[in-house]
Amino acid sequence: MSPRALILCAPGTNRDGDAAFALELVGAAPQRVLINELFANPKLLHDAQLLVVPGGFSYADALGAGRLFALELVTRLSDELAAFVEAGKPVIGICNGFQVLVRTGLLPGAGRRVALGENTGGQFVCDWVTLEPTSKRCVWTSGLDEWIECPVAHGEGRFTTDADTLSALQANDQIAFRYRGGNPNGSDDDVAGICDESGLVLGLMPHPENHVLDRQHPQFARGHRFGLARKLFAAGVAHSTES
Amino acid sequence: MVATDAGTSERHRLTIRAKGRATGRSTHSTGVAATITIEGRTSAEDRARLADVLVDPLLETGGWDVVVGAAQLDIGLIPGVTDTAAAQVAHAAQLLGVDVTDVSVGRVIDLAAPADDAEIRRRWANPVVERWTVGAVVEPGFATRGAATTITEQIAMPADDDGLLSLGRERGLALDLAELHVIRDHFASIGRDPTDAELETLAQTWSEHCAHKSFRADITVDGGEHDGERIDPLLGQLRRSTNDIDASFVISAFDGNAGIVQFGPERTYALKCETHNHPSAIEPFGGANTGVGGVIRDIIGAHHRAIACTNILCFGPADTPDESLPDGVLAPRRVIEGVVAGVADYGNKIGLPTVAGSVLYDPAYVSNPLVFAGCIGVAPADRPPLTGPHPGDRIVVLGGRTGRDGIRGATFSSMEMDATTGDVAGASVQIGDPIVEKLVSDLLVEGWHLYTAITDCGAGGLSSAIGELADGVGADVELAGLPVKYAGLAPWELWLSEAQERMVVSVAADQIDALTELADRHGVEYADVGSFTGDGQLVVRHHGETFIDIATSFLHDGRPRRQLRATLPEPFRVRTSIACADPAAALLALLAHPNIASKAGVIRRYDHEILGATVIRPLMGAALDGPADGVVLVDPADADGIAIGIGVNPWYGVHDPERMAWAVIDEAIRNVVVAGGNPSAVALMDNFSWGNPTRPSTLGELVVAVQACCDAAHFYEAPFVSGKDSLNNEYLTADGTRHAIPPTLVITAVAPVADVANVCTPDLKQAGNVLVLLGRTVPEFGGSHLAMVLGSDTPSAVPAPDANASDRYWAVHEAIEHGLLASAHDCSEGGLAVALAEMAIGGRLGIEVEVTNVSDDIVTSLFSESVGRIVCEVRPEHLAELRQLVGAETTILGHVSATPTMSVAGVFDLALDDLVAAFNGSPS
Repeated sequence: MSPRALILCAPGTNRDGDAAFALELVGAAPQRVLINELFANPKLLHDAQLLVVPGGFSYADALGAGRLFALELVTRLSDELAAFVEAGKPVIGICNGFQVLVRTGLLPGAGRRVALGENTGGQFVCDWVTLEPTSKRCVWTSGLDEWIECPVAHGEGRFTTDADTLSALQANDQIAFRYRGGNPNGSDDDVAGICDESGLVLGLMPHPENHVLDRQHPQFARGHRFGLARKLFAAGVAHSTES
Repeated sequence: MVATDAGTSERHRLTIRAKGRATGRSTHSTGVAATITIEGRTSAEDRARLADVLVDPLLETGGWDVVVGAAQLDIGLIPGVTDTAAAQVAHAAQLLGVDVTDVSVGRVIDLAAPADDAEIRRRWANPVVERWTVGAVVEPGFATRGAATTITEQIAMPADDDGLLSLGRERGLALDLAELHVIRDHFASIGRDPTDAELETLAQTWSEHCAHKSFRADITVDGGEHDGERIDPLLGQLRRSTNDIDASFVISAFDGNAGIVQFGPERTYALKCETHNHPSAIEPFGGANTGVGGVIRDIIGAHHRAIACTNILCFGPADTPDESLPDGVLAPRRVIEGVVAGVADYGNKIGLPTVAGSVLYDPAYVSNPLVFAGCIGVAPADRPPLTGPHPGDRIVVLGGRTGRDGIRGATFSSMEMDATTGDVAGASVQIGDPIVEKLVSDLLVEGWHLYTAITDCGAGGLSSAIGELADGVGADVELAGLPVKYAGLAPWELWLSEAQERMVVSVAADQIDALTELADRHGVEYADVGSFTGDGQLVVRHHGETFIDIATSFLHDGRPRRQLRATLPEPFRVRTSIACADPAAALLALLAHPNIASKAGVIRRYDHEILGATVIRPLMGAALDGPADGVVLVDPADADGIAIGIGVNPWYGVHDPERMAWAVIDEAIRNVVVAGGNPSAVALMDNFSWGNPTRPSTLGELVVAVQACCDAAHFYEAPFVSGKDSLNNEYLTADGTRHAIPPTLVITAVAPVADVANVCTPDLKQAGNVLVLLGRTVPEFGGSHLAMVLGSDTPSAVPAPDANASDRYWAVHEAIEHGLLASAHDCSEGGLAVALAEMAIGGRLGIEVEVTNVSDDIVTSLFSESVGRIVCEVRPEHLAELRQLVGAETTILGHVSATPTMSVAGVFDLALDDLVAAFNGSPS
């Protein structure tokens, strides 16, 4: 049976459909759940094999990207989320989802030692980037054998941390992705994504869900084929069925 | 801190500064900070917990109750302006269990030097939505502090014309004398005075913005060979041309919120493009922001799910000096920044790709910028149709709360602007809330079987929305239960408010529970405000007290048809070339001209990737910086989709509005064809932004443009399905000088793409391929960009229609379907030379061509803007087949080269790097 992937949506989440399409393509059964439905029925999380916090502008990001959504999760679902990871189930936070997970403590940097700050360009940027998967610890990236190309679309994506945290992440093989050939937001050490110590929880700024078909690449009409991101989702789904 | 309530409730303010970033740093200011003012009963620990959420120590510093220094400018919002951040702070406080009763946000600017009010307005603050103090804390704009206003008034209608006109002026009704007479006579006939709300309702419904009365006017021609001739109303002409074309793919044209077409068995598309010019002139961010929100609601209101946005922006030059600005006009650079940010904010946050568009610069737009916002939606073709409203159906208002925002927007946008516009129209402009609109949209898509009719609340608010739905049916409305942003709204304000993100649906009584259950799940507020009756009367009450009781027949059909006079233009139409001593320098100047140069700085601020359907993007090619012609959208789950193209050229409009209309229709269609769209099923949308139509010469320009639209639609068999006119785009300065915009017609073309595998882009693909020009080139430089960059005043003809264009597009389409074209690009502004350069930039490949056989004049060959032309790149072995398909008017230009040079034999050699640098601009 297809593993159930819970796609968690707050008001302002908007790449839920794109994530659902990508997951369905690799054999998962995506289920979009509004945050109020999950608060009313936390069992939905327990019944899922995989959790996605998708991209968007949760609560308009009016207090800083992802901060209010994260506060809601911490205030009302902290134990359930911890239990989910404890049970060995994979979690992915994309763009706004990454910004949210950083502040929930599911990703490293507890005590506000990791943040996604405003792009150095000072503006929202939508462009294509190249990502090198760099972690063998992360269940989402450990099997990736080629670089991925996909778009970024964010205004607050500058990965920022202190020197100690960065060294620890590097030493623990928790840097999941680095930008190659161009860093769109001024992230420290070109970091595009990180994972937690268990390797189950991945957060990244770019949008792999928007490059799961060859034709989605801007050079499709030039006859070129570049690193599809489908394998990333396939790896997460495969792991969810093993756990 | 300020104790505000006998020592229990206190006010505190958090000031937040970004770390290590030069925010707002310039010669005028040295920094900027955000402020959040809260009121409530909070302890120091409460505030510390709140600050822990609001201030990230890695990114920001924050402090409570920081004193505002003498050299600091403190800016806050005016009460009633939408403040989404304040609502989120309150939400956070609630989650933390902190007692906060009120929130307001603002910002502090560190001034580098003392600044007076004029400079503050020019650089930092906008009195339309903000207020400020220097050296002291500004009073926070708590939303709950709206002042109460009057209740319903009866308005006596003066017997004399002067009295009627001054009543109209005082109340900003924007009605003419004939209309005021009809209103006075109507109420005399029913034996009472109108209420203020009735008068306002009529003014909104009969406004140019809502009723398009110039497009529905009887027009008489003055002078020339057609002197004294009567012309059919313009809207009637456009409708009739669509009826005559009788295309099978048109489901609905010029009816309801959007045009609807169906290209295949599975789905229908809804198409709409709106203007939001006046609001964007006085508050660029909010004006553009709500323009996007409004057109998306049009698509939702057409019972479709929005899938993409388009926008066309016309600005004054960014480098316009402040000293040259008329009184009350914002600097173009601030308009540009605000409008682009407003478009980006709404589209990015609601989660729609902003895919196609144009940005134009001309001094004529300094005091009256134009913002065209378009949206496209999709729906399954087998969805049950809307059949209501039926008598007995409930009227449900969904979405945002109602406030005093946007009162009288329809009448405001129907008037000319002057220096006082910003003050008197302050309430007409709002800030959007895309998050709420997304929730409403999701609800209405999931529940689209639950309502029998739908429309959006746009200009005129509920008065227009319920008024339109009730047309011929009648409605009985009670507004007391409407969710409001703050107390104290008068009944007429509730009825006329243009508060954003609201939709009105008609719901059968037995479906109400299902709808409200769904609304609760999506977190959307709603109010059942009454029912449709069947008696044809529009009755509106507030706490049971009737303040509107008006026949819908009078509301919708009572307006007298306007009588207008037109003087037709007599354009210069002699084909003349112009002198150009240095074609290489001219090409570089053209590539660097703001109208032609890369728009990456704007495009990259819009998310054009979301939904994963954008197959051809606005920027394509080897380095993703080559401009595309049309864009193509194909849902990831489908094989087929649509191509979208835009045509606009106000410089032709200045010289020859008739040919302008032909040319921009041709360009829009050419754009979809070269991208892979099918020329046999093109649907068109028109958007006219024009000056004051009561001036006969201005109306004459409009008349010939509309007639050309009808002729061109017939010629290409491409029917218009939706349109919008925005007239009175003029600005009157204090000294009486009138600034009118050039005639600006935006055409959007949409055509089906049968297979995503058969799309085509303009970037060159392969050295050795042959370059072919399709179409004929003659000296047509009227309104050309070459004339503009050279400063030439030699009169010349605007490009004439090409009688072979339609057949050519069929052939090109067939060639693309057969895979014969490696690339294809339209020739438009800057002519063949710019088209070739853009193809070279896109492919990062060189070009070796000869242009002596294009025409007998080098300048014409390179830079004439003759319409109907397409440059194709074709593999040598496909050349014969292409020539067979296309037939006459095919010119072999040369070939694609691996050498990074654009070489035009006997004229110039330009390095590819120089072309790229000119087009992309030097990095700033």
